[in-house]
Amino acid sequence: MAAVPKAEAARWKLVSCDPDKCTGCAVCEYICSLEKENVFSAQKSRIRTMRLHPMINISIACRLCSPAPCVTACPRDALKQSEPTGVIMIDDEKCDGCSWCIEACDYGAITLHPEKKIVRICDTCEGDPECVKWCPEEALDFVTRDIIAQKARLAVSKKLFKEAMEAQGIKP
Amino acid sequence: MLGYAGRILHVDLTSGKIWTEPLKEELARKYIGGIGLGMRLYLDYSKPGVDPFSPENPLIVATGPLSGSMVPTGGNGHAFVSRSPQTFGVGEAKAHGHWGTELKRAGYDAIIFYGKAEKPVYLWVDDDSVQLMDAKYLWGKSPQETEDAIKKELKDFYIRVASIGVAGEKLVRIACVINEKSRACGRTGLGAVMGSKNLKAIAVRGSKDITVANKERLLELVKIQHERMKGPAARKYRTLGTPENVLVLNALGAMPTNNFTSAVFPGADKISGEYLNERFVAKIIGCSSCAMRCEHIAVVPEGPYKGTTTRIEYEPLWAMGPNCGVGNLDAILKGMDLSNYYGVDAISIGLVVSFAMDLFKNGIVNKETAGMELNFGNHEAMLEMIKRVSTREGFGDVLAEGVKLAADKIGGGSDKYAVHIKGVEMTGYDIRGLKTAALGYAVSFRGADHNRHGAYGPDVAGKVNRFKAEKGRGKLVRETEDLYAIIDSIIVCKFSRGTYVKGYEDLAALYNAVTGIDMKPEELQKAGERINNLGRLINIREGLTRKDDTLPWKVMHVPIPDEGPSKGSFVSQQDLDLLLDDYYEVRGWNKEGIPTLEKLNELDIQDLAYIVKDRPETHKK
Repeated sequence: MAAVPKAEAARWKLVSCDPDKCTGCAVCEYICSLEKENVFSAQKSRIRTMRLHPMINISIACRLCSPAPCVTACPRDALKQSEPTGVIMIDDEKCDGCSWCIEACDYGAITLHPEKKIVRICDTCEGDPECVKWCPEEALDFVTRDIIAQKARLAVSKKLFKEAMEAQGIKP
Repeated sequence: MLGYAGRILHVDLTSGKIWTEPLKEELARKYIGGIGLGMRLYLDYSKPGVDPFSPENPLIVATGPLSGSMVPTGGNGHAFVSRSPQTFGVGEAKAHGHWGTELKRAGYDAIIFYGKAEKPVYLWVDDDSVQLMDAKYLWGKSPQETEDAIKKELKDFYIRVASIGVAGEKLVRIACVINEKSRACGRTGLGAVMGSKNLKAIAVRGSKDITVANKERLLELVKIQHERMKGPAARKYRTLGTPENVLVLNALGAMPTNNFTSAVFPGADKISGEYLNERFVAKIIGCSSCAMRCEHIAVVPEGPYKGTTTRIEYEPLWAMGPNCGVGNLDAILKGMDLSNYYGVDAISIGLVVSFAMDLFKNGIVNKETAGMELNFGNHEAMLEMIKRVSTREGFGDVLAEGVKLAADKIGGGSDKYAVHIKGVEMTGYDIRGLKTAALGYAVSFRGADHNRHGAYGPDVAGKVNRFKAEKGRGKLVRETEDLYAIIDSIIVCKFSRGTYVKGYEDLAALYNAVTGIDMKPEELQKAGERINNLGRLINIREGLTRKDDTLPWKVMHVPIPDEGPSKGSFVSQQDLDLLLDDYYEVRGWNKEGIPTLEKLNELDIQDLAYIVKDRPETHKK
């Protein structure tokens, strides 16, 4: 497969979930299946919610890996990664549901459509993901990896400075 | 009739026979779903007067028409219905989470269980494939362990499980059914009915599509609901949660303390919602489809119960806290954790322990009988007694009957300390000084309950003189009862009630967008009235009468002793009679609390006239 230029990959935006904010309500699953399939169905959603423990909730959609193991794994060249967006595009004619891509994905972000028996992957709703718009907790965001890192830096800085100020007896 | 799955699953546990029947549209329209549909099915598929633990007593679980859809809080509820081993009238309890969603996705509006399995079993519902599975290896396990074991056995993490704990297996009359480890169909003892059937759990996997009638309209309504849920109508549940009640009720002198001995708890500051959220709450999570999220997960940070992680709400906090004289949050949280572990109602268990503490204090039960020094405030004894009741060990075996039946066994005037209505233990409002609420509690068809009517609302908000029994309260109770019956039948969360700013109009709009049925708000309101009459009719069939619409002895005989606004308040028999007469009148029932034939005709349930026709009380004026 053709390697994607690094500069392109840096601009890709993905649906990212902040587990501190995620409550496990699965509104993302509901809206995704409604948007894409006109029904409510967890199995037909491109994003899936996981509650390991009451304290551990997260929703997972395609991470736009580069290079993408799913694309590499597909024996029929049914998957291609878009250069401008990083979205994995599925050729429904070529996909026969063999599910090697599902095995190749470390995030469980690929599902097999229960009736059509072809795979489904987040397409970011053409760059305007419904799940992000509907998430009641704003736990989902549609961002580049750089912004994800920036958000983490912001959070950790706030935490560190809060602790440091408290240690000095200063109330922010 | 979208929204509904259109099928009812029948499971005969005695023969192992499993079949489905279609859900008739008339039944759906008249009884909506949830408790309404569940109670109608109960009436149609049961005989009067069967022992709640007899194989002849069916157990029903029903979802609502919105289950599986994106309607916030509507997507996820379910309700159990049966004859209660506590009230011997209709028992019902609801829970949220993800289980109801899954049952709807599997393609069922309700399941009816008949008979009794020869050996412990669990039901495995995998879409159209439904089978009874061996549950011997699960017997004795907690609901949490059961869920993990079933997921492991069936090799699917997303399977949803509702199960009973040891308490349900041992027919503890306050046993509950727990789904997803922390959500309980808590009240009226239906976990024990499940246990009497040797039914350990119901595991569900559903993969069918949920299609709605009007997608665009539904999304429009959901958007509005999301905004309301983020606003002031749900603020309490999103911030401090129901424990916010602690300081509010304490200030009103309405916080029952030491088994309704007094109504002010001196240690309230250390168990308040504010204190709890600052020190214990680690995460707030939500049920499927919910945009409010209310489930406060608390973790004990230090001490002997360090690491205990549990969901927390006001009612169990009160029941095992002030009500037992316990002001130690670590122990209260441990108590909630134990309730979930054994599968007992976390409200009733607190009342059962406080009842025993009261008997101990008043010398009716001594240390030898109780097996311990059972003083109010002794939290170690409380936790030990929770275990003994849940496992029917020692004196716990007597208490496991619930306070009413335990008092019958113990005698010696102990019934005065049994704080219950119709056999179901009280909840955390001191209704001696909340007289609208007192009426709501007295007439609630499932026994002591704030969730059948919410009639504490006008009292606490100061909309009425809460110390006075007067005409007009019947109307207030009736109105919220009818609305609450719809909330529990369409199954949206009670915590979302403030977001339906146009009441039935909002609820009907959601119902119509999902189902495609053209339900007028008035028709929905009428269904609410019908469902309340239905609950009443089942109770009448089972022999309950006006004399059961009463209040705990303490509420009627011991004035609130504490200095403060509520001092001296109690509900006299005269008060109660006035309130009941008023309520029966606005309900269109006779003086004995029996619905008139005219009322049954008006509600289009003439077919149930047989229940009232042959009774002597029916013909009293």
